[in-house]
Amino acid sequence: MYIATSRSSDVAAGTERKAGLRRVSANVVALGAVSLVTDISSEMVTAVLPLYLVLGLGLNPLQFGLLDGLYAGATAVVRVLGGHLADRWRRLKAVAGFGYGLSAVCKLGLVAAGASVAAIGVVLAADRTGKGLRTAPRDALISLSSEPDTLGRSFGVHRAMDTVGAFLGPLVAMAVLALSLGSYTSVFFTSFCIAAIAVLLLVLFVRDRPAAVDRAAVSVKAAFGLLRERGFRRVAVWAALLGFVTLGDSFVYLVLQRRWEVAATFFPLLPLGTAGVYLALAVPLGKLADRIGRWPVFLGGHVALVAALVALCGPVSGFWLAALALGLHGVFYAATDGVLMAAAGPLVPADLRATGLAVVQTGQAAARMLSSVLFGLAWTLWDLQPAVLVAAGALAVVALGAAFARPVRK
Amino acid sequence: MKKVLLAVAGTVVLAATAVVYTVAARPSPAEPSKVEHLSLAPGQLFFRSTKTGNVGVVPLANPGAEPKFSDLKCDRFAVSASTGMCLAVRPGTLPAVSDFSILDRNFTTTHKDYLPGTPSRARVSPDGKRVYWTVFVTGDSYAATGFSTRAGVYQLDNGELEKTIEELPVLVEGKRYFSSDVNYWGITFSKDGKRFYSTLGSKGKTYLIEGDYDTYRGKALRENVECPSLSPDETRIAFKKKVGEGVWRLSVLDLETMRETALAETRSVDDQALWQDDHTILYGLENAVWAVPADGSGAPRKLVSDAGSPAVTS
Repeated sequence: MYIATSRSSDVAAGTERKAGLRRVSANVVALGAVSLVTDISSEMVTAVLPLYLVLGLGLNPLQFGLLDGLYAGATAVVRVLGGHLADRWRRLKAVAGFGYGLSAVCKLGLVAAGASVAAIGVVLAADRTGKGLRTAPRDALISLSSEPDTLGRSFGVHRAMDTVGAFLGPLVAMAVLALSLGSYTSVFFTSFCIAAIAVLLLVLFVRDRPAAVDRAAVSVKAAFGLLRERGFRRVAVWAALLGFVTLGDSFVYLVLQRRWEVAATFFPLLPLGTAGVYLALAVPLGKLADRIGRWPVFLGGHVALVAALVALCGPVSGFWLAALALGLHGVFYAATDGVLMAAAGPLVPADLRATGLAVVQTGQAAARMLSSVLFGLAWTLWDLQPAVLVAAGALAVVALGAAFARPVRK
Repeated sequence: MKKVLLAVAGTVVLAATAVVYTVAARPSPAEPSKVEHLSLAPGQLFFRSTKTGNVGVVPLANPGAEPKFSDLKCDRFAVSASTGMCLAVRPGTLPAVSDFSILDRNFTTTHKDYLPGTPSRARVSPDGKRVYWTVFVTGDSYAATGFSTRAGVYQLDNGELEKTIEELPVLVEGKRYFSSDVNYWGITFSKDGKRFYSTLGSKGKTYLIEGDYDTYRGKALRENVECPSLSPDETRIAFKKKVGEGVWRLSVLDLETMRETALAETRSVDDQALWQDDHTILYGLENAVWAVPADGSGAPRKLVSDAGSPAVTS
C-alpha cells in the first residue's frame, strides 16, 4: 500500500513537490483500495439479490423497490449525521470505519435473515445507513490527505478505484455461484468476508487526518455557520440547483431503452457503459480540473449531460446513439462526482471538512430526488421527448447561470 | 512491514473462510434416482421438484404415488392441451437470462428462446397455441436497485414473440391510462385464445385488466386483483388479493356478479393459482403443492411435498 510517499515526508524532503509527476498521497490510495474492495462486496450482493428474492425465497421483489426509495431518502439525513459526528469527535477514520463495518455485518445479516421479509428489510436499511455514515468522513479524509492543488487528481484516483470494484463485484458473484452450484447464501457470506478485508485495510493503512487541527469548537451551530460563509454557501446552493435540473441515471437508461430496441435484452448492462467511461476518465478529468479549474470542469460535465439528452432526442438511433449517450453520461460522472468534492473541500475549514462535504452531498442528493419525482410527472403529462428536452433546457440554463456565478475561483 | 503482513494474513484467512463456506454450501448432487421419459398424457399432475429442479409427475387421481422424474430442469413449468412450457434461469447469468422451451405431447422440445429476467410465472393457453410468462427484471425502475415485471406472449403457430405487453393501450375508469411505471404480471387466456386477463400495476395500485388480443386493447375491471387465473368454465377468476404489505389471500371473483370469495387457505400465497377443474384450485406454498376448493369451503390439502409450480393435463 505504501507505493506513494506520504504527504508529510514529501514536504520534509522537498523533492517530490518539484517533480512534475507528483503522485497522490498514500492515504488516498489506501482509501481507494478500501472503496474498491467494499464495492466488490456490495455489488456482488446487488447483482444476486433479485434472483435470491424471487427464486431462492419466492418473494415478490416489487416491495423492495418501494422500500429502496425510502432508504435512499433516509441516507441523506444519515450522511450529515456521519459527517457531523466525525468532525465533532475528531475521528474521521473511526466514523468511516463504523460505516464500513456496519455494512459488512449486514451481509451476514442477509444470511441470518433467511426468508423473513421484515428481517431482510431491516438488514437492507442498516446496510444503507452504513453507506450514508461513511461517505462524508471518507471524502473529508481524501480531501485532508491531499495537497490543495492536486485535489482533483486525488478524487479521480479514488473514484476510479471505486469503479473497478463495481466492475469486479458481479464477476466475483458469478464465480461464487459457479463454485457453490448456485448457493445465494455463499454469495452473501463471501461478500461479508470481502467487506471484512476492506475494514481490515482501513484499520491498518488509513490514517486519520494527518495534521493536527485547531481546536475550534465543532458544534451544530458551527455546522450551520458554514452556510453563512459566502463562498461555501454559493457552492452548496449551485450544486443543489444543478442537482435539481439533473436527470437521474435510471431515466437516462429508460430513455435510451426506448430509442434502442436491442437494449431491452441488455438493459441492466447499460450502467456498465457509463461506468466504463467514468473509470477511464476519472483521473484525467481530475487532473484537468486541477490545472484549468474545478468549476469549469464540473460545469463541463453538465454540458456533456445536456449533449447526451439532446442526442437522445435526436435523429440518430441504435448502437451509435447508445455509444454516444453512454459516453457523454460517463463524461458527466467523471467531470462532476469527485470534482465537486475537490472544489468544495478547500472552502471548508479542516475541522469541519466532513460536515461541509456532507452538506454539499446531501443538498445535491435531495435536489436530485425531488427532480426525479418531477421528471416522472413531466414524462407522464407530456410524454417522453418533450420532458427530456425541457430537462435539457433547464439544465443548460442553470449551468449557464453557474458559469457566470463562478462560486469557486480555483 | 508488520501492517502489510497483518493485511496479507487477514486477507488470506478471510478468503479461505469464504472458499470453505462456498464449497461446503454445495448442495449434495441430488439428482432423482432415475430419470424417465414423460408425456403429456391426460390425468397427470406435473410439478417442479424444489430439491433438484427437475420436472416430476404423479397421477392426478393418486398424487401420493411415487413420482416419476424427467431430466428437464425448470424454475416454472406449465402445460395445457398438447403443449408444455419450461421457464428456467440460465445458470451463472448476471443479470439473469431465462430460457423458455416449448414441449410437444411427447415431451420433446420443439422451440427454444430466451428472455431477460428471472422467472416468476408461466402458463399455456387452454388451446395450447400460446404460452405466456412473467419475469422479474432489474434496473428498469426509478429506484436504482428496484425491480419490475415483464409479461410476454409467444404464439406457437406463427412464431410471433412479444417480450412485453407493456405497450397495450389500456382504459382505466373509461380513460386511456398513461404512466411510465406501468408493469404487467400474471396473464391468463380464455379458450377462444382472444380474451385474456392480466394484472396491471402502476403508482402503488393494481388492476385486473381484461384484454382482447386480436384488437390489442384492454380495460381495467377492478382494483386489487393480482395474478388472475380464469376458470375452465370461464365464469370466475382465481387470484391473489393483497391484504397487507407482502401478504396475499387466495380468492375467487365471479365475473358476472363481481363478488369475491376468500378461499379456505388462510396462509399468504404468492403464486398464480391453477384450476385443476371447475371446483378445485392448486397452488405452490412452502415447498409443496396444495389443493383447496374453489367455493371457499373445506380446507387446504397437501398433494405433493418438495414441489412447486403445479400443472395438470386434462
